[in-house]
Amino acid sequence: MIGDRDIEKLAALSRIELSPAERESLRADIEAILAYIGEIEKVPAGSASGVPPYSGLLNVMREDANPTPAGTYTERLLREVPERQGDYVKVKQVLTQR
Amino acid sequence: MMPGSIQEASALLQKDEVTSVELTEALLARAKEKDNLNAYLELFEEDALAQAKEADRRRKNGESGNLLGIPLAIKDNILIEGKRAGAASKMLEHYTATYDATVISKLRGEGAVFIGRTNMDEFALGGSTENSAFGPTKNPHDEERVAGGTSGGSAAAVAAGLALGALGSDTGGSVRNPASFCGVVGLKPTYGAVSRSGLIAAVSSFDQIGPIANTVADTKLLFEAIRGRDPLDSTSTLGAVPVQKGKVIGVPANVKVGLDTDVEENFEHALKKLEGEGYEIRRDVALSSLAPSLASYYITNFAEVSTNLARFDGVRYGLHEEGEDLLGDYLKSRKAGFGPETRRRIILGTYVLSAGYYDAYYGKAAAARAALSADFKAAFEAIDFIATPTMPTPAFRIGEKADPLSLYLADVFTVPANLTGSPALSVPSGFVEREGKKLPVGIQFMAPHFGEDALLAVGVAFLGEPSLT
Repeated sequence: MIGDRDIEKLAALSRIELSPAERESLRADIEAILAYIGEIEKVPAGSASGVPPYSGLLNVMREDANPTPAGTYTERLLREVPERQGDYVKVKQVLTQR
Repeated sequence: MMPGSIQEASALLQKDEVTSVELTEALLARAKEKDNLNAYLELFEEDALAQAKEADRRRKNGESGNLLGIPLAIKDNILIEGKRAGAASKMLEHYTATYDATVISKLRGEGAVFIGRTNMDEFALGGSTENSAFGPTKNPHDEERVAGGTSGGSAAAVAAGLALGALGSDTGGSVRNPASFCGVVGLKPTYGAVSRSGLIAAVSSFDQIGPIANTVADTKLLFEAIRGRDPLDSTSTLGAVPVQKGKVIGVPANVKVGLDTDVEENFEHALKKLEGEGYEIRRDVALSSLAPSLASYYITNFAEVSTNLARFDGVRYGLHEEGEDLLGDYLKSRKAGFGPETRRRIILGTYVLSAGYYDAYYGKAAAARAALSADFKAAFEAIDFIATPTMPTPAFRIGEKADPLSLYLADVFTVPANLTGSPALSVPSGFVEREGKKLPVGIQFMAPHFGEDALLAVGVAFLGEPSLT
């Protein structure tokens, strides 16, 4: 059973604000969806876990070479920033005093 | 008269009977005329005509190529530098792509023309294009019905003659589902066959860009143009093409569960037709691990979606809503930017990945996925292809599936290919009737990894197209 408090907590962890009405409809939907995907319980644990689904896929490293000259993309990227100050992305204070 | 395929158009261009500018103008005019379908979110009129002009110039200078001057529609989650790309979300409504996706650079090299970006389910989450923040795409065969999804705009554009071909992306059937509902051809390539660089990520371990076209031959042209290893996507690989000369098609033993009666009849008829083409049908393919596929698929989907969409924080790009503090900015931006289904999946993903439930959900989903992959591998020792209907029903009415779970269940035949990384092709297999309207139905074929050529050959045989070269 998923309670109102659970939804509130999950929404907070997901960094999404919910209205009370939305919380309730989400709760009902999520409960039904979880009941359905709960059939995964029948899969034996560790039956093949740890085996990657694709064979032959390995972690790929690349040479740290051919760096892009500084400034190549600066303007293009900063154009998309909601708030900027010169060539910086402007962000609200991260640590605040209580 | 608009040519009916890329191949036809290409032949006319080569004979100088039509120019790319003329083709592009005609398609743009038709797209505007059929604006009510909501297939395109934006037409790139000026750019498209400039690209067409350039293609005509290249051809005059002696260049040729099957895609030179061919107008294509591109799904709204594939980046084209300098153009808006928004994954049909309010979150990215005003976002301009800062670089070309690898598939776009490749198509540019071939001289293709990009006429517009197509509607989709927001962030490729859905199965009907009803989750677009900009309204659903209508099915060209019955405008009261969905075009399928998530690449609904791309499939509708091709089916309605608003583009000669299109790119979509397929996470759990998003190319094949709308191809089936709109009566066109759609290919989900092997995982790793096509670079994902420049594709807005939904579920990184499932996503593949795939072509949608009127014919199997066109599908092959597009696939060959976009495939290949790319240093910008470390999961892309050339892969060894399996030796596949056999003509044995396996049908999963429990395939009929949940099918509409006339869709089942259509499928049976399709299998008979294949027998007539010299294929052997085996109905006893036991894929015991198919049962938990949907659960495994959705758990993985929620988990990866919640992780991938964590990047949208209202700070670096995308929608920004002002809050009291930094946390307030996040909460408000993500509330305003994401639609209901996207929020639902992020929250579900947060749940299945939480410390207490991780093993019960994500761990088991990964185990089920590995078991299914092993099952497929074993099955492909004895058979060459697996066939199923693409979708259990024809296109449903817009708004008919209001409850999210009922929509998830429609993906039963398409998700196994994503779970196992296998290539899968949907081709039109005729029509069924609903309320006096003829609605297309598709048949799906799956093959071992990198077996696209063999897969396309089955499609050609099924549709009676000339053999592929």
